[in-house]
Amino acid sequence: MTSSPASLRYHSQLRQSAAERLAETHPLTWRLREDGALIGLEEYVEKEGYAAVKKVLGKQSGQDVIGTMKEANVRGRGGAGFSAGVKWSLTMQGGDLARGYIVCNADEMEPGTFKDRLLLEQQPHLLIEGMILGGYANNSCYGYIFLRGEYIEAARAVSRAIGEARAAGWLGKNIAGSGFDFDIALHTGAGRYICGEETALINSLEGKRANPRNKPPFPGQSGAWGKPTVVNNVETLCNVPAVMQHGAKWYQGLSGGLSDDGGTKLYGVSGRVNRTGLWELPIGTSAAELMDRAGGVRDGRALKTWLPGGGSTGFLLPEHLELALDFDTIGQYGSRLGTGLLTVVTEDQSVVSLVRNLEAFFARESCGWCTPCRDGLPWTLKILQSLERGEGEQGDIELLESLATDLGPGRTFCAHAPGAAMPLESSIRHFRHEFEAGITHRRHAAHADPIPVGEV
Amino acid sequence: MNDNASLTSHSPIASDGDGFLLHDEDRAAILEERDHYEQPQAACIEALKIVQRRHGWVPDGAIPAIAEVLGVGPASVEGVATFYSLIFRQPVGRHVILICDSSSCFLTGFDELREAITAELGIEFGQTTPDGRFTLLPVCCLGACDRGPAMMIGDDTFGPVPPDAVAELLKEYS
Ligand SMILES: Cc1cc2nc3c(=O)[nH]c(=O)nc-3n(C[C@H](O)[C@H](O)[C@H](O)COP(=O)(O)O)c2cc1C
Ligand code: SF4
Ligand code: FES
Repeated sequence: MTSSPASLRYHSQLRQSAAERLAETHPLTWRLREDGALIGLEEYVEKEGYAAVKKVLGKQSGQDVIGTMKEANVRGRGGAGFSAGVKWSLTMQGGDLARGYIVCNADEMEPGTFKDRLLLEQQPHLLIEGMILGGYANNSCYGYIFLRGEYIEAARAVSRAIGEARAAGWLGKNIAGSGFDFDIALHTGAGRYICGEETALINSLEGKRANPRNKPPFPGQSGAWGKPTVVNNVETLCNVPAVMQHGAKWYQGLSGGLSDDGGTKLYGVSGRVNRTGLWELPIGTSAAELMDRAGGVRDGRALKTWLPGGGSTGFLLPEHLELALDFDTIGQYGSRLGTGLLTVVTEDQSVVSLVRNLEAFFARESCGWCTPCRDGLPWTLKILQSLERGEGEQGDIELLESLATDLGPGRTFCAHAPGAAMPLESSIRHFRHEFEAGITHRRHAAHADPIPVGEV
Repeated sequence: MNDNASLTSHSPIASDGDGFLLHDEDRAAILEERDHYEQPQAACIEALKIVQRRHGWVPDGAIPAIAEVLGVGPASVEGVATFYSLIFRQPVGRHVILICDSSSCFLTGFDELREAITAELGIEFGQTTPDGRFTLLPVCCLGACDRGPAMMIGDDTFGPVPPDAVAELLKEYS
């Protein structure tokens, strides 16, 4: 059976019926339609859209918004989990300081991550509303949505929504009669994963090469064109309207005791499972529940290992499935929540090959500024390639371990290298025997006879 | 003017790069982009994309032309033009194929998909078919991991693409 080209087209899809998604419990997705069509301005406004802007602008101060956001403790959904409210409280403003910028990080390129795409393509007004509120709190004069160039449908949806919002007075001068002036422009990228790192993103926005910047100063002190700049992920910003509408206590309660953190999370599963997809669930939901929703591993195989939130997070084992998927819990097990989208690896798939694939990605995407990253990653890749072919040498694993240490936190200008180190270190820790097999495997005709996937 | 969301799709008339002349429409579009930012340099990437949408790639002559419109040095435009993976500094085919080579697709059949496409077209990554129809490139995770293996042809995203569907799919792009 061959599929027709039209049926092969990709559409972002939430795996939850409308009946399951209520305004009180699913702040990110309750408006989304079963058919996945774009929610235009009219429909958005009918479904309480821009109500938070009306409630807040001119009636509360920016500091009030920051206070509510701090109390709600919306932790950054771009992967690092830093409280958005705390970040906003560190943005310099007041006195004779010029108004700055708010930038939405919509560069989504983390391997295994497909969540921001859904929000951008189907509900861009929610993001715009979140940015208006964020702009108000941070005294930003202007917002940019930094969108990766490959997200064509998202670019169309966002441009259309910006136009609609402007025409309806939600963007521009004196928004909703509040005296607050604010507008947004869409900025589309031209490739390179490193653009997602927030200071590289600012350089890219300024039309420069996307090398990260040295910190401090942090963007909140001096960001785009030297002005205070807030960078937040799409999902983070999409949480803001509901927080401002219903309050911090309500938001905290959404996790229903599953986690110390509040709110919901757009979780997902990819890899060889029966029903890959996206779900909005209380933060702190377990991976076991997600695997259940994903219908378990495909083809009757067993689960070997999983990544909790993208290529720069650490491998976890089946025994970790019951853990709460939140930032603090996963952080205690040599991994990170990251983006919260699981990558599932089955028993017949080679960890060495997968780590080789990941490190090839990190090596290619390094911006080249720091030595451990620029030189260490290609070296790591070479060793992994030889282990994959059964051509490893004694000492290779120890060398990989020391490379992982050199790539680790605190030795480079940005978190790209530590992100590469985490799957490397954790895979060796959990699956050392697979790496050892790359040294002890019979060596004849190695090139023509790679170790079959699953044998190591 | 083409749809300005477009990434690798371009007008059918590809330029050979000699005697580059910036199209009036493109100059106007670049100037309009410039006004979205505090400083003109910021419009540099979009300017390169505007040129690429018309010519398919960014010929050498476009660099000083863009620099002149934006009032910035040609070296800074060149530096940017060579940094980003989706700015092409040599001619590409009418349709650029981007195959995701990241982890989830790797686990769900990237190798088989790549083999099917290279067999069908007779080219490897980085190459263009002799008839100028397709250029084949790898790309970072396309955010379509729930439907791996994923790929783009021009502005269209597909997934999952079974190897035996490749021939039929490519037929849609002449
Ligand atoms: C190499 C690298 C790539 C990143 N890519 C992204 C990305 O695509 N999207 C994103 O939101 N954050 C990304 N981040 C995280 C950002 O630097 C930053 O922490 C985030 O945008 C802050 O938003 P949040 O606090 O709302 O999560 C990346 C970080 C690194 C080190
Ligand atoms: S860690 Fe890597 S990507 Fe980050 S600044 Fe250094 S070289 Fe660039
Ligand atoms: S890994 Fe291929 S689309 Fe994400």
